[in-house]
Amino acid sequence: MITVTDLRKVYRQGKKEVVALDGVSLSVPKGSIHGIIGHSGAGKSTLVRCLTLLDRPTSGSVNIDGTELSSVRDSEIRAARRRIGMVFQHANLMDSRTAAGNVAHPMELVKAPKDKIRAKVAELLKLVGLEGFENAYPSQLSGGQRQRVGIARALASDPDVLLCDEPTSALDPATTDEILDLIQDLTRRLQLTVLIITHEMHVVKRVCGSVSLLSKGRVIESGPLAEVASDLDSKLARALLPLPASEPIKGALQAGPVLEILFSGDGAKEPVLTGVARHFDIDLNVLAGSVETLGGQQFGHLRVQLGDDADCDAVLGYLRSRGISVKLAGSIANEAELAEFAPADTDFAAETGDSK
Amino acid sequence: MNEIFSNPVLAKALPEAIVETLQMVGISAFFTVLIGLPLGVFLHVTVPGGLRPLPVVNRIVSDIVVNITRSIPFAILMVALIPLARLLVGTSLGPVAASVSLSIGTIPFFARLVEACLRDVHHGKIDAAQVMGSTRMQVISKVMLPESLPALVAAATTTVVTLVGYSAMAGLVGGGGLGKLAYNYGFQRFDVTVMIVTIVLIIVLVQLIQLTGEWISRSLDHR
Repeated sequence: MITVTDLRKVYRQGKKEVVALDGVSLSVPKGSIHGIIGHSGAGKSTLVRCLTLLDRPTSGSVNIDGTELSSVRDSEIRAARRRIGMVFQHANLMDSRTAAGNVAHPMELVKAPKDKIRAKVAELLKLVGLEGFENAYPSQLSGGQRQRVGIARALASDPDVLLCDEPTSALDPATTDEILDLIQDLTRRLQLTVLIITHEMHVVKRVCGSVSLLSKGRVIESGPLAEVASDLDSKLARALLPLPASEPIKGALQAGPVLEILFSGDGAKEPVLTGVARHFDIDLNVLAGSVETLGGQQFGHLRVQLGDDADCDAVLGYLRSRGISVKLAGSIANEAELAEFAPADTDFAAETGDSK
Repeated sequence: MNEIFSNPVLAKALPEAIVETLQMVGISAFFTVLIGLPLGVFLHVTVPGGLRPLPVVNRIVSDIVVNITRSIPFAILMVALIPLARLLVGTSLGPVAASVSLSIGTIPFFARLVEACLRDVHHGKIDAAQVMGSTRMQVISKVMLPESLPALVAAATTTVVTLVGYSAMAGLVGGGGLGKLAYNYGFQRFDVTVMIVTIVLIIVLVQLIQLTGEWISRSLDHR
């Protein structure tokens, strides 16, 4: 369990003060994975540095299982750090050490007995699926294998919390999924508390149980994945269930109100649209849609255009009475306006690229 | 070829000159690494934003010691340091005395190279080591030095090669060795054979040092 309360970090640049973190609060229960997503400059890197005590927060607290980290004395800082295992974007392995040597590194620091180190290294390498690679140097390993060594190394000090800073941003999509599945598997098996800092929505969708959106040093949205995805007005929902740009469809309805509909859970299984069409005897035109499974729940996000003659308020009421969130996104009078319905929010549309 | 073997100077003085040169280079290389390596580490970790920032001390050591010693031409430094050599080893003549000024001349040079090698260690590795709970000494001994070892060996090689050149100069002011032989006989007595033989020997020596250094550096590099 990690609890971050009102964390602030102010840097001084000459006479100017730069607020990098402006009151960040988070709480991640044991055994769960929390994603922190945000653009470059949102304060992700500063947050990582404050959590690992590479930088001291200006104010606020970081608490792991009841131990306050932010106020420990300098002499205790090293013991405090060992409670956090960290996985880096580029693994940051030592090139002069073999895979086994890298995993042994944190244990050497506290002068653990040699036979204990050897046994633990073998166990950890097996755990991350790198049996037989003990004597390989990082240069002989692939990016995914290097990240596996990095994860094994992070676990070597038996941490309570695993902090992953862009763990998959340097990997290809297939390897990304392998590493994410490994992190998820380890979280369950070792009952870790995991924080994943990322700019890739894919990471959040695949493994996170809850997510926070960081922007300008503040958490502007936060909650369990299924919860934030159900809120049609949240930025996270728009990023989790993005809709492509609407292209005018030949022969489609030329005018009428446009609705945005978000189904979740059981609502996603009911044939709601055909229900509307039958109930009101109107025509419907699906302009765009996306369907995802998030946090174990099915979600559907649709942009639908109603016929000109439809009673818009009645349709909205009908849908809301069935527990479906829906809103009027606008009205299209002609084909030209239809083309202007760009994706609702392209904030996280670009899922690739470097964050730094 | 016959001339080389029949040359009385070469037959009598060459073996001694070779030994003297090797002594000078060996002794001063030892002390250069012994003192230059910690000095380079100190310069690197005390910079602002370094592992243990000490901006004022760093400035003083960096500017006064390293830059000033490096800006004085070695020929002048060598002469200026004769009294120090006498103080430390009791004489101003011979290869041991010459090693004093040779070491002082190359320590700052090597320290700067060490500093540059350490600066090339990726910052993420230092972060990783710190997050693991390393002490500062552990960061230096388990990350900075091992990770830059191939570069450090290359830097030491360059330094020893420089020392061979300096040792030839040191020969002129009492150090002895191949430099003195070449100057006394080859230059002042116009003995071309002596001149050529010493030059060839110095080139061979430098080449051997270079090749050995490169080989060691390469075999240590796992990148």
